[in-house]
Amino acid sequence: MTLTPTHEPPSDEILREVALTRDEYHFAADLLDRPPNPVELGIIGGMWSEHCGYKHSRPLLGRLPSEGPQVLIGPGEENAGAVDIGHGLAIVMKVESHNHPSAVEPFQGAATGVGGILRDIFTMGARPIALLDSLRFGPLDDRRGRYLANGIVGGIGWYGNCMGVPTVGGEVQVSASYRGNPLVNAMCVGLIEHEQLTSAAASGAGNELILVGADTGRDGIHGATFASVDDPEASHRGVVQVGNPFMEKLLLEACLEVLQTTDAILGLQDLGATGLTSSSVESAGRGGTGVVLNLEHVARRASGMTPYEVMLSESQERMLVVAARGRAHEVQRVFDKWGLHSDVIGEVTETGLLDVRDNGQSAATLPITMLTDAPTYTYPVERPAYLDEVGPLDLDALPEPDDPTSAFLQLLASPNIASRRPIYRQYDHMVGANTVIAPGGDAALLRIKGTPMAVALSTDGNGRTTYLDPFVGGAAAIAESARNVSCTGARALAFTNCLNFGSPEQSAAYYQLSRAIDGMSAAAKALETPVISGNVSLYNESGGEAIWPTPVVGMLGVLDELDRRCGAGFTADGDEIAVLGAGRPRLDGSEYLSIAHGRVAGRPEINLVDEVAVQRLVRELIVARLLSSAHDCSDGGLAVALAESAFAGGLGVQAPDLPIPGRLDETLFGESQSRIVVSYPPLAVAAVAAAAATHSVPITPVGKVGGDRIRIGPIDVPLAHAEQAWSQGLELALAGHAPPG
Amino acid sequence: MKAAVVVFPGSNCDADTLHVLGTVAGMDARYAWHADTTLDDVDLVVLPGGFSHGDYLRTGAMAARAPIMTAVRDHAARGRPVLGICNGFQILLEAGLLPGAMLLNDSTQFRCEWTHLRVESTQTPCTSAAGNGQVLRLPIAHAEGNYVVDPDGLAQLHDQDRVVFRYVSPDGERSAGANPNGAVDDIAGICNAGRNVVGMMPHPERASEAELGGEDGRAIWESLLAAAGA
Repeated sequence: MTLTPTHEPPSDEILREVALTRDEYHFAADLLDRPPNPVELGIIGGMWSEHCGYKHSRPLLGRLPSEGPQVLIGPGEENAGAVDIGHGLAIVMKVESHNHPSAVEPFQGAATGVGGILRDIFTMGARPIALLDSLRFGPLDDRRGRYLANGIVGGIGWYGNCMGVPTVGGEVQVSASYRGNPLVNAMCVGLIEHEQLTSAAASGAGNELILVGADTGRDGIHGATFASVDDPEASHRGVVQVGNPFMEKLLLEACLEVLQTTDAILGLQDLGATGLTSSSVESAGRGGTGVVLNLEHVARRASGMTPYEVMLSESQERMLVVAARGRAHEVQRVFDKWGLHSDVIGEVTETGLLDVRDNGQSAATLPITMLTDAPTYTYPVERPAYLDEVGPLDLDALPEPDDPTSAFLQLLASPNIASRRPIYRQYDHMVGANTVIAPGGDAALLRIKGTPMAVALSTDGNGRTTYLDPFVGGAAAIAESARNVSCTGARALAFTNCLNFGSPEQSAAYYQLSRAIDGMSAAAKALETPVISGNVSLYNESGGEAIWPTPVVGMLGVLDELDRRCGAGFTADGDEIAVLGAGRPRLDGSEYLSIAHGRVAGRPEINLVDEVAVQRLVRELIVARLLSSAHDCSDGGLAVALAESAFAGGLGVQAPDLPIPGRLDETLFGESQSRIVVSYPPLAVAAVAAAAATHSVPITPVGKVGGDRIRIGPIDVPLAHAEQAWSQGLELALAGHAPPG
Repeated sequence: MKAAVVVFPGSNCDADTLHVLGTVAGMDARYAWHADTTLDDVDLVVLPGGFSHGDYLRTGAMAARAPIMTAVRDHAARGRPVLGICNGFQILLEAGLLPGAMLLNDSTQFRCEWTHLRVESTQTPCTSAAGNGQVLRLPIAHAEGNYVVDPDGLAQLHDQDRVVFRYVSPDGERSAGANPNGAVDDIAGICNAGRNVVGMMPHPERASEAELGGEDGRAIWESLLAAAGA
């Protein structure tokens, strides 16, 4: 029996603290048939937050295709999705945001983002084999922008390096739109044999709940609700958690050891947002059961903690283990070996209730289903007026570049195009001894030991494109990440995603979210890549201004034979260079338009039929061993793509007679989807042309590989000179020095 | 040849090292747990890279006091080979089995990148099959590889030919740009007076298979096998 005192309806201030509207409060009270007590109110607020309950995005997310023969575990079923890659093996993966904590304390905010996504993967029983990070920063000529950027990169490296999980890829974009609200989306990929896949369900009454890892402190209380309201700057550092990657490494090894040596673990769940609350509720929800928690058994970091604080603490590096009744000691023996503290804190019940007790006194009693089914909201999808202002682009008003070589060098040094090495050399990208294509290529490629296979991984998402056309931006995020994977020779199989948007209660942001999901859905169907997991981060804004809508896609591909792979760098003097694909380069939404003219305008395009065809073609050419290199032609257009292949291979470009059908700047720096720059030996010309014809993909000859200069139409510059601009651009910007030139 | 890879809490190159010792070098390799007390059955002991004990206190300081280190000392005292890689090198320094200490890289940042090393002495079990002056391309991955030793200690290393590896440019010349961390005298690896204990910052286990970008690390394993056979 529980005894719940009657409570006055809470004040606006209290409701704001738990991030519930008054309507939601009344809805909760109606469901309970009584007013919730303060502990219950905190639990409801956490579970109904956007972060845990997806109340604004759930109705839209269902539009993404999530089925396919390769899908073993789809979105929302477990902590992460799982894909069959053959040989009895599965890849488990997910991407998650840590935007708001990183805006307040960049190093720890980003580090704990990495820690959280790692736990999501090893709770599935999988060994993490790769991390990727999709980052968006505000301008780097601003001190705070550099503080955030350097802190975020440092935190990611600190956590991943210590864990011994290689950070093999990701992307970075810089724009004023992310000033004060950087994006940190961390993706983790794990490997597991099918039969080892572990659930996070709490099933079977009487089975025991073990809390293992760090002690529970007052850190991070209200992290989930903090991430679900705007203006993170108004909050304080107390809600940001501090990571301990060493503790997490012990948790990783201990959990995998228990799973491999006993069958005493029935379920594993990490403690993330809202800590013990969501972990216990979600486990019980998956099992269709209830749980009793005895909070006096929870090891504390601070004295005098209330049940409210214990339930909502977001102290890092904690896991909830469901152990078979009477076998908790078998599990705890392994935790002891690894020096980890663990306690039995409760058990699974058949009541369907979250029953929280503190020294025998009831602290909260709530139906599990009420907590897992957050109320959902839908809004009318209305096309915002700004879209008419930003497009179409009037080309006649734009002068062509006086000095194409100088414009080219300026573009190469842009923080959005320059070499990412200043960032990825701070990440251990080799540990694990699987990294075949390291950061800097189109997609990372990791061998799978004991098989001839490799997996290709890429993240992609373009806020500027999505801002100009949310549908095209959503579609392009899928298309480009899959194209990156295809450029290694791998076949895209499935994706995970993180949707970073402004407040869904603002009509423009809701339109962007809805249309971006439609675009992602269309591209995912065309490319036959279902979604298997994801995360939504809304309320990304500061000072009342929403960020550019930024869908981030993490794509997985499989390469059947590692020997039949392709890199982005030119490999041989005298090779032919050509562009595959029908995409027509345009200045709309291009980096060049932004750098040279300070404009964010135009109407980006995508044709999914062309996209599917060019990706099929490039994979076929790679498997047939006809190509020397393949590289996605994206930011900065053809000239930049050629330069990147030249730098990667240490060989020049000879394309002085490049055909210029229209405007020079469009040909050199215009961007489009569905284009791939390839090189191949002269002997392969006929075979490449024949394959392109079979797939109805246009092929445009560009020139030849060779020499020590980059010559593209009127551009003519020594390779070393261009490479210096490219390799120093981001490094100087992160250090607070203006780019050269 | 029997080899043991010691696993400390926080080691994270243990599996990679075991894989290479076994699959690539063909040794009979096993793990040893930090709380174990004997290594009598093995010919070679490798202390792998990673963040033992989270690098708390000082890198390698806590691992250097683990129970297994008594067995490592005994193993070394018998003249048998001990190789410390990266954090393993840091542990050997903290254990006093090698002289000197590590500072934060002069960049103040973690660095993961390919470097070139020159073999400065072939008079160790880890370099016996390498050529004197041979240049090896091996990756580093560390934040604290800025090796320091007092002037007397450095003179001793020189006089006794105990600098095993130096960072050099790809053509084998010493140059400021080739040293990735600021280590004194461009030192990347050293040995003890008995020459059987070797510590090195770069990771040969990451450069022993062509598909991972290079095979120069095999020189270390081939040397150890040759030395054991001799």
